[in-house]
Amino acid sequence: MPLLEVSNLRTSFYTRYGVVRAVNDVSFSLEKGDTLGIVGESGSGKSVTCYSLMRLIPQPPGKIEGGSAVFDGVDLLSASPAQLRQIRGKRISMIFQDPMTSLNPYMRISEQIIEPLLIHEKISRADAVQRAITMLQEVGVPDAANRVHSYPHEFSGGMRQRVMIALALITRPELLIADEPTTALDVTVQAQILDLVKKMQRELGMAVIWITHDLGVVAGFCHRVQVMYGGRVMERAGTDELFAHTAHPYTRALQKSIPALQTKGASLYTIPGMPPDLSRKIEGCPFVPRCEFVQDQCSQPVELKDIGSNHKTACLRVQKKEIHLNHE
Amino acid sequence: MLRFILKRFLEAIPVLFIVATLTFFLLHQMKGGPFDTERPMPPEVKKAIYAYYGLDKPVWRQYLNYMERLVLHGDLGMDQKYFGWSVNELLASSLPVSLELGLEGLFFALIFGTIAGVVASLRKNTFGDYIPMSIATFGICIPSFVTGPLLILVFALGLGWFNASGWFFPRDRVLPAMTLGLYYMAYISRLARGGMLEILNQDFIRTARAKGASEWRIVRKHSLRGGLLPVVTFLGPAVSGIVTGSLVVETIFQIPGAARFFVNAASNRDGPMLMGTTLVYAVLVIVMNLAADVMAVWMNPRLRFE
Amino acid sequence: MTAEFPNVTQHAGEIEPGHSLWQDAWHRLRQNKLAVIGAVFVALLAIACFLTPVIAPGSYAKTNLALGAKAPSRAHLLGTDVLGRDLLARVLYGGCISLSVGLAGTFVSVVIGVLYGAISGYFGGRLDVILMRIVDIIYSLPFVVFVILVLVVFGQHIILLFMALGAVSWLDMARIIRAQVMALKKQEFIEAAVALGLRKRRIILRHLIPNVLGIVTIYATLIVPSVMLLEAFLSFLGLGVQAPMSSWGTLILDGSKNMEEYPWLLIFPGLCFSLTLFSLNFVGDGLRDALDVRASKD
Repeated sequence: MPLLEVSNLRTSFYTRYGVVRAVNDVSFSLEKGDTLGIVGESGSGKSVTCYSLMRLIPQPPGKIEGGSAVFDGVDLLSASPAQLRQIRGKRISMIFQDPMTSLNPYMRISEQIIEPLLIHEKISRADAVQRAITMLQEVGVPDAANRVHSYPHEFSGGMRQRVMIALALITRPELLIADEPTTALDVTVQAQILDLVKKMQRELGMAVIWITHDLGVVAGFCHRVQVMYGGRVMERAGTDELFAHTAHPYTRALQKSIPALQTKGASLYTIPGMPPDLSRKIEGCPFVPRCEFVQDQCSQPVELKDIGSNHKTACLRVQKKEIHLNHE
Repeated sequence: MLRFILKRFLEAIPVLFIVATLTFFLLHQMKGGPFDTERPMPPEVKKAIYAYYGLDKPVWRQYLNYMERLVLHGDLGMDQKYFGWSVNELLASSLPVSLELGLEGLFFALIFGTIAGVVASLRKNTFGDYIPMSIATFGICIPSFVTGPLLILVFALGLGWFNASGWFFPRDRVLPAMTLGLYYMAYISRLARGGMLEILNQDFIRTARAKGASEWRIVRKHSLRGGLLPVVTFLGPAVSGIVTGSLVVETIFQIPGAARFFVNAASNRDGPMLMGTTLVYAVLVIVMNLAADVMAVWMNPRLRFE
Repeated sequence: MTAEFPNVTQHAGEIEPGHSLWQDAWHRLRQNKLAVIGAVFVALLAIACFLTPVIAPGSYAKTNLALGAKAPSRAHLLGTDVLGRDLLARVLYGGCISLSVGLAGTFVSVVIGVLYGAISGYFGGRLDVILMRIVDIIYSLPFVVFVILVLVVFGQHIILLFMALGAVSWLDMARIIRAQVMALKKQEFIEAAVALGLRKRRIILRHLIPNVLGIVTIYATLIVPSVMLLEAFLSFLGLGVQAPMSSWGTLILDGSKNMEEYPWLLIFPGLCFSLTLFSLNFVGDGLRDALDVRASKD
């Protein structure tokens, strides 16, 4: 049985400008120890999906319209607040994009790291602080024993993210959701954080959902990749399979946008057009306005279909084998 | 931190000095005084009185004498209205009363205001929010000299629960403290609500939820410290305002405090008393402002490193 | 909250007519019912108050000792006071004085505040630091005490009264104007003016000040009730408006002295005054919310 099974998740935001359908019928599953990368632009619904299953969406203006997210037998979307609180921070942990705003500036680091322990385990404060220090050492914070009592603003960006990872993993959760944790960091620090999470995953045997807009990041890290656009899943496959046999025009466009993968001297590629306005109901494939392979039939409602080798796509034309998108 | 306190302390001294000097020379311009009676005073008597109070010397000499007595002995001079009494003696009897009233008003405002504001922020846009905030608007708009008499009318004269004036029994404190603190309670509740709402919207609250913290824990450990910061910043002006408000409250409720002496001194043109109370107020307010600033810095770790 | 919020963009080709900041603000202000009611109330009351000396001069002073204090009746809508004077006339006339002092004091306060803030914000540097530190210090002192001292020393003429009140109410205005000027200073049209070689004084007067007019209006609306409050406060202590003139403050004082037997003498002036303060505060808050783009949440 999969560790996490998300089915038909739908989340909307009720705003002054209309109802924004941020997540529109998203399903996926995750096995124990699996690494799933969720890739998409701003507004694709990748973050909202994961906040929804943890029920961290502010309601109002957000609303989880339907679907289920079953974690080890418990549907997180219909669980009682008490049940949910027992899972959050203990069995499922999250790390966020901006460690400066995600850490409480008025509390010492030690307070924040030991908090999951104090909430979920019967442990004395002194023991908890000890474990916090050990954890900080594991995530690579130098001079941990002294720095543990500092405040967040006394750390650099990369160090703060390590602190976030420490507090997320101190309870040895079964699933870690990482929402663009390296986007706000320097490139060199990005690689370090990535390596750190890889290492912790190996040690703890946990599953990881890594949300990013950077297809290049998932290439070296995730077993499987899910590409999202306009609140829907466009494609899902094992990482190698996705790159070798790309099955969606959007995925292909994303690949073309990675400078490192292109031939030297070629002009940089950007996807023409703008992300869709999700307050308007979209018939058919949301990528239609920007797709180079678009045809009339693309305005029909889309479905995620299996095309073999554990590879799913939502592109009608690929499903019908009308086009082939392999990388030249 | 200590450097901060020291710096403020050193700043306060010239301020007090300027206040004292300005007030002295301002009051010197005052025409008339408690000596002016209906019948013209015989010149020898007038000369004797002036000599007694040192008013026959040139201005700068009077100023130096005053400052010398003030700084070296803390002596505020002889009162002109109540012959034979020194200003120090009069203030010594009345200042504790005013301080008690002020503190009671302040605590009333702080405790009820903070609770109302925090509760309102947690129940945003429901009746739990609208009701305290409407009461707050009332409190801000209706002045103390209207609520004071109204409270007396209803609760003392009407229902008979309290005395209409005086400062003898513990329950005499209730209506004056309420009248004095009402405006500040209202203002503080708005500040608390605003501060809490700002904090509750922050990302780190989301992080706390993701850790499985209960709502109560989020309020207590994560929100209060940052959310109540605006309240602490307001303490300085609040104390200043309470000093001002006591002028009216002590008059309405006939409380024998320093403010009453001040108001009477204004009517009587009693120079030394005016000077003395002004200085005392200035010192009090500056000290309380410093205390409030220290508290604000303590509560916000980021400020400590500036 | 930095949660991912999908772009709500217009589709190309659909261009909606732009709303200027003022149109948006006016629209939002109109929707604020409390502010509208408040504005209407104050307007009507002001008209009534300022017309009274014209239509029925001296009606507030007409004593009728035989009548004495009477409860509201057909002849005297709000009752009469101890000397038999019609309370309605006295309240309206008192309003005239209170509103006048409020407006005059606000004017003084605006002039000082705008100049102080503009100079501090424009020149910046050490001058700014010193000026703002002075504001901080004055802010922390109980200025009513000093107003009282000034009035005691120089007499209680009404002109001195509103000047003194204005002189202690400009602090917030100065801070706001300074912030605005500092923001505007960085904008391009100021650089253009400097490039054209305009002298600094001209820049301040002709370019900066018109731009801050909106902000000035808002905060002036909030200063009026606070000046009125100060005046009433002083009058209540007998240190403000002097007989034979009366303001709402003196009426409340008289009312509180006789409230046990003649409660209407306290209630009507108190009610009138409070409602006026309410209304002005609602209008001011409404204006501020309407024009403050940042406050568009909740």
